[in-house]
Parts: sequence; C-alpha cells; structure tokens
Amino acid sequence: MKKTMLLLATSALVVTPLLASAETLRWARAGDSLTLDPHAQNEGPTHALAHQIYEPLILRDMFGQFQPALATEWAPKADDPNVWVFKLREGVTYHDGAAFTAEDVVFSFERAKSETSAMKELLTSITEIRAVDDFTVEFVTDGPNPILPNNFTNLFIMDKDWTEANGVTKVQDIANGETTFAATNANGTGAYTLTSREPDVRTVITMNENYWGKDEFPMAVTEVIYTPIQNAATRVAALLSGEVDFIQDVPVQDLGRVAEADGLEVRTAPQNRVIFFGMNSGADDIDSDNVDGANPLSDVRVRKAMNMAINRDAIQQVVMRGQSAPAGMIAPPFVNGWTAEMDGMSSTDIDAAKALMEEAGYGDGFSITLDCPNDRYINDEAICQAAVGMFGQIGITVNLDAKPKAQHFPLIQNGETNFYMLGWGVPTYDSEYIFNFLVHTRGGDRGSWNNTGFTNADVDTKIVSLASETDLAARNSTIADIWSVVQEEQLYLPVHHQVLNWGAKSNVVYPNVSPEDDPKFKYFEMN
Amino acid sequence: MTDLPQEPTPLVADERARSRLAMAWDSDVAYSFRRSPVALISTIVVLILVLSAILAPVIAPYDPFNPASLNLMNGFSKPMEPNAFTGDVFWLGTDDQGRDVFSTILYGMRVSLFVGFAAVGFAMTLGVTLGLIAGYVGGWVETIIMRVADVQLTFPAILVAMLIFGIAKGVTPVEYRDQMAIWVLILAIGLSDWVQFARVVRGATLVEKNKEYVQAARMIGRSSGAIMMRHILPNVLSPVLVIATISLALAIIAEATLSFLGVGAPPTQPSLGTLIRIGQGFLFSGEWWILFFPAVTLLALALSVNLLGDWLRDALNPRLR
Repeated sequence: MKKTMLLLATSALVVTPLLASAETLRWARAGDSLTLDPHAQNEGPTHALAHQIYEPLILRDMFGQFQPALATEWAPKADDPNVWVFKLREGVTYHDGAAFTAEDVVFSFERAKSETSAMKELLTSITEIRAVDDFTVEFVTDGPNPILPNNFTNLFIMDKDWTEANGVTKVQDIANGETTFAATNANGTGAYTLTSREPDVRTVITMNENYWGKDEFPMAVTEVIYTPIQNAATRVAALLSGEVDFIQDVPVQDLGRVAEADGLEVRTAPQNRVIFFGMNSGADDIDSDNVDGANPLSDVRVRKAMNMAINRDAIQQVVMRGQSAPAGMIAPPFVNGWTAEMDGMSSTDIDAAKALMEEAGYGDGFSITLDCPNDRYINDEAICQAAVGMFGQIGITVNLDAKPKAQHFPLIQNGETNFYMLGWGVPTYDSEYIFNFLVHTRGGDRGSWNNTGFTNADVDTKIVSLASETDLAARNSTIADIWSVVQEEQLYLPVHHQVLNWGAKSNVVYPNVSPEDDPKFKYFEMN
Repeated sequence: MTDLPQEPTPLVADERARSRLAMAWDSDVAYSFRRSPVALISTIVVLILVLSAILAPVIAPYDPFNPASLNLMNGFSKPMEPNAFTGDVFWLGTDDQGRDVFSTILYGMRVSLFVGFAAVGFAMTLGVTLGLIAGYVGGWVETIIMRVADVQLTFPAILVAMLIFGIAKGVTPVEYRDQMAIWVLILAIGLSDWVQFARVVRGATLVEKNKEYVQAARMIGRSSGAIMMRHILPNVLSPVLVIATISLALAIIAEATLSFLGVGAPPTQPSLGTLIRIGQGFLFSGEWWILFFPAVTLLALALSVNLLGDWLRDALNPRLR
C-alpha cells in the first residue's frame, strides 16, 4: 500500500510540470463536423473545425472583422476592374512540411469551383485564376466584382501535391455517401494539426509548432479535444461536472444554472443565422403528402396560410425561452438587404389562415411529412414539434421525421424532401449569398440548396447581375426587388434568428462570441 | 308432451356457476391471495392504473395526442399553479410543448400497457407453441428450435429489440412510421421474450409426454396436435402464467427503455418512456415534474405487476406450501 502511494506521489511529481505547460481545451457541441474535406460541405460546424486546421486567404476574426490569413494584401488591379490581385504570405508551410505557394491557391480555388464542390456558388463570377509569381495570384471575374473578397473567408487552401498524391483532387460527394481520404485526413497550414479523428466520437487537434502566426496570436491552447454531445442535458452536465471546458450551445433551459455555477461563464450574442422551413412548391405532385395528383405546397395561398399558422412569439417565449428573435425574412439582421419592415412582416392569424386554406381548396386540410434535424440548430426538434401543433390548427396533419443532420442535409441537397427545416448563416454578410444558394434555380453552379423547385428567369438574371454591379445603390435596389419576390411568393417560412450561448470555464478567455458560431482557438487564452 | 314438467336448467347452471365461484374462492390460490397483503395492494394498484388507462378519454382533461389542440404558450406550467401567459392551471403541470402531464400520463400508460400486454401475448403464443412442438416432437425439430433459443439468449433482450426496431424503421415508409412504431415495438419486445416461455414449456412437456394419460390418449388414436393442445397444454400452463406476469413487468420496462432511447413510441404519441426522455432534458433547469410524475407512474406499475408475479410464483409452487 505504502509503496503504491509512494509510486503515485512520484509519478504525480513527474507529471505535474508537463501538465502545466500543456493547456488542453475540451470542446463540445451538439453535432460533429460532417467531413474534413474543406470544399465538400458548406456547413457551420464543418467550417468551424476546418478553420483550426486549414486557412483561407482572408479570415473573419471572432468579431467578424476581416483579417489577413494566407493573403497579406489584396486590391483590385489598377488598370483592370475585372481583376483582383492577392499577395500571399511568404514562409508558410503545411503540416507535412511542404511550402505554401500560389500554385496551391490556384489549385484549391479550381477544386472549390468543381462540380461536386459545395462552395461553388461563392465563386460563380470567377472566370480565371492565375498565378503571376510564387506569391501573387490574380482572380479574373466576368465583370467588376467589388465584394469578391467577402466570399473567400471559408475557402480553405489545400496543398496541391498532397491532394494529388492522395488521389483526392475530386471533391468528396457527401450527398451521395462518398468517403475519401481527404474526408478523414487533413493537411493544412492552420494553427492546429489533426492528431486523431473518430467521426461523431472524438477529434483531437494539437498546436502546430511551425505556425506562421505563433507569435502574433495568443496560441495558449496546445491541444483541443472535440467531442460532439447531442443530448442537451448530457452536454450541460459535462460542462457542470468539469468534463469539458467549453460548450458552444448551452441549452436555453439551462442558461441560469450554468451562469450561477461557480467557475462557469455564459456569453450571449446574436448569431448571423436564420432558421426557417422550406417547401417544395415547384413540383406538380409530391409523394410525402396524402393528396393525389396535386401538390398543395404549389399554391401560394397554402404557403401564406402556413406562414400565418406559425406562432413565432410562442416559439420564442416557450421553446427558446426568449433566446431568439422572431423572423419575417430569411436574412439575419447582419446582412446587407435585410430590412426591419420585411423582418417584422409575419404575424399569426389562424382564422385568416383557415380562410386561405378554404379558398385554395384545402378546407379539410391534408397531411405531409416534415423532415427535421435533431442535432444541428438550437432546439431544432422542439421547434418542429411545436410547428406540428401549429400547422394542425389549420388542418394540416404533419408527420414529424427528426434525424441527425448527417442524414437530414442530403435529403435537401438531393431533392428528397418536400418540407424541411433549414438554417442559413451568411458569411459574406450580403444577400447575394442567400440568393445564390436558396433562390436561384437549382442547377449548374447555383441553387444547390434551393430545394423549393422555385424557378424564375427574371429573378435568376437579377441574381447573376449582383456579382458585377458596381453601383452600390443600383445593386441594393436589385436586392430589394428580389426580396420582394421571395416574400410575395412565400418561398420559405421564416421562424427566427438564432442567439448564441457559449458556456465555458472562467479560465477560458476568448475575445468575443463570433457571429458565425465558429470559435477560432488561436485567439483563445487560458488563465 | 305438454304434460312434461319444464326442465329447471337455468337453476342448475346458476348453481353450478355459484359452486364454481365458491370452489375458486375456497381454492389454495385464493386463500393465499386473501392472506397476502402485498398481493392485495399490488392488485389494487394495478387495477387502478389499468382502469384509468382504459378510461383515459373519459378521465383526461385534454387530448395530448392531438397536436392541434395544444397551446404552446402553456408550456412548462408548474403543477397546480396558473400559467404565466394563459392563466390555465394543470394538476401535474405541462411539458415543453404545453401538453398536460396528467393527461399525457394516462394516454402514455395506454401505450405502455397495450404494448406490454400485446408483446407478452405474442411472446407467449410463440414461445408456448414452439416449446410444445420442441418437447413433444423432439429430434431435429427440437434441436433447431432450442439452438435458436440458445443463440438468442446470448444477446441481451434490449439489443435484440433495438435490432428489430432498426430494421423495421429502415423498411417502413416515413409517412407510416408513426403508426407502425407501436406494432414494431410489440414485435421487437415479443420476439426478444419468447425464449423463456419456450424453454419452460419444453421442459414441462418432456415430463408430461411420458405420463400415462398422454400414452392413453395416444393409444386411442388422438392426433399429435390434439394431444398437445388438449392434454399437455393445460398441465404446463401454471409456470407459463407466472412467467407471463413477470414478463409483463419486463415488457413495460423494455418499452419504456426503448422509448427513452428514442427508438420507441413517437414523440407525438408519447408512452411513459418517451415522457421520461422528454423530462430528462429539463432536469437541470428545475422543471422536475415533466420527468417525476411519469417516472413514479412507471415505477408503481412495474413494481406492482412484478410483486403480483412473485406472489403467483409462490402460490402456484406446491413445494412452498
């Protein structure tokens, strides 16, 4: 017994100094990153993990401000407004030691523009990417594009040689269930290197000792252990018991308890993300309803009635406990094109909704399946369940099918759902991003998340014109025009803008709750 | 013809019935029942719970299975206190969707009890049939049936139930999933439970089939099926009854476990297990009643059925008398 104690004491003495220098941050959130292939999925948690390992040319810091990352300066070319010139950072190496050069940037952007890439909507206006020298890249657009750099903040740069050597030049096709080497392995230039990865279980990243910004950023966290914990009670219990140091989504019902707990702190901030329901209004008939030979969702009166059935205030007060802002349009207030007037437009009116249903010929209602994620947005399943009751009040019987996001998102991308929940964040802070993904006709390099079947040639032309419109006033008026169509057609049923609640031990210090919900650990300090 | 006195048949039947009742009342089992306070109390609890579940549409003040009737603003009402927004009062409070917990427990108990009874009925029919056949027929039929049973015994019942549930969920179309969920639960729990019945019945059949009355029946040329059903089955039933009672408690708990894990009853038609799962998410935030009342109900139900089963086992065991 004594010997054991002695042994323990000595080993503690040996181990303690090591622990003091290594600061491990145990990080948890509801869901996992869907893939490590940085161009395969345009999704918040996926980008949040990728940001630790890979780097874009330009970064938004935790306040949402532009910061140079792999590019040091950028400007439109003096004699050609259709060209943006990016100067690249010198002396940067990948985790495997290879040097970062212009060739990698050209390669990565071309990869991100390819058919199976989820990021192609951001690069539609680019016609050519050329390396002028080892550290200068020029982006040629089909017209002057003043906001092109806004699109680059989640476009990660991969090493051309590593990607080619591992046969992953083609972007992983997640929607069709493909897995590739790049989905489970990573080689970036970022502040952290991938140490181990078990999808949905545990991911470990370790500080990159050769990181170019090692002296520029706090870099206090030497190791991050990322554990997805889907169950809200388990997640908050893990934080309360000290099993994890930082959770990105404190359940709204537990805010008070976490805030009161000794040594824990909650910080709250509005998120740049709106939650809404999408409907397949374009199809002539859909198979997930009980109406034969017709699609009730194709009738704008039905969509308007459904919009009126949603009691956003009740969702805000009961389901979200005040931690949300009811929405009337699918753009968060951070975004250029958002107006208070459109956002305040939706109000609940069951009688008017019933009258509209009657008018549309669905006075007796119909039944339909609602697809909902259960590990992506704050209280996603509870919101869907509440909505089931609200739609029930106007005669629509909704079968709720809630499942993890890894199964939910492919339904939307493959057009296999007719009624679904989706949340949208806007990293470019501009409406064009929303239009490109959610409003433009699906097909080609736009509309990959537009599962509504909506198609309008006039609107499409206007959306395309946004990329090259240099007159800001004219551009904003086009944006307003497109929004009025989206609102008039009731293309989506907005629910609310999310509010973020990050919970952490008091010794974990970070500059701000980032509006895109992506902690960048190089900015973190541990006291 | 008309002079003949009328036969006093009704009286005889009545008397016979009375004497049967009296026989039952005087039987050893009934005597032991009257003398056992545990059995009496458990029976009363089970009766109250089963009756209130059956009469749920009459007793329950709300219909929690109709999403359209819910008012979200009633969500998280405390027991016996008026809701902050609507002023409505709920005996046992409401859950996160504004469902009255009391009504939901009543309706949830219907789901739990229905699944429990149906699953045990299914397991019993399957198990007793296979056990009889295995015991009576013997040979390779017995080998196959009993080896399948052995293999299944090596898996925990809940695992088998989850496997069946997973497969069923995969093959049913989404729009029927909610309706199918209850039947799939019954199938899953029943299929994971038949082995005990089969083993006991096979053992008892092996003993019975060599007794004189079976040989006599065989001699006069009765078919195997008739011998199994008419002669052997009645004599192997008492252990089956004991297992069935204890299995009922286990089936109710299995259903609650599956629903708690999120693979059982759908959230729009909550069983007791689903209610406990919903309530578990609000334990830290102080909304204790969402979990507490369904959990107490489940405990009372499972415990009293289990105690009844224990008593029945003792009462039917001649060696303990």
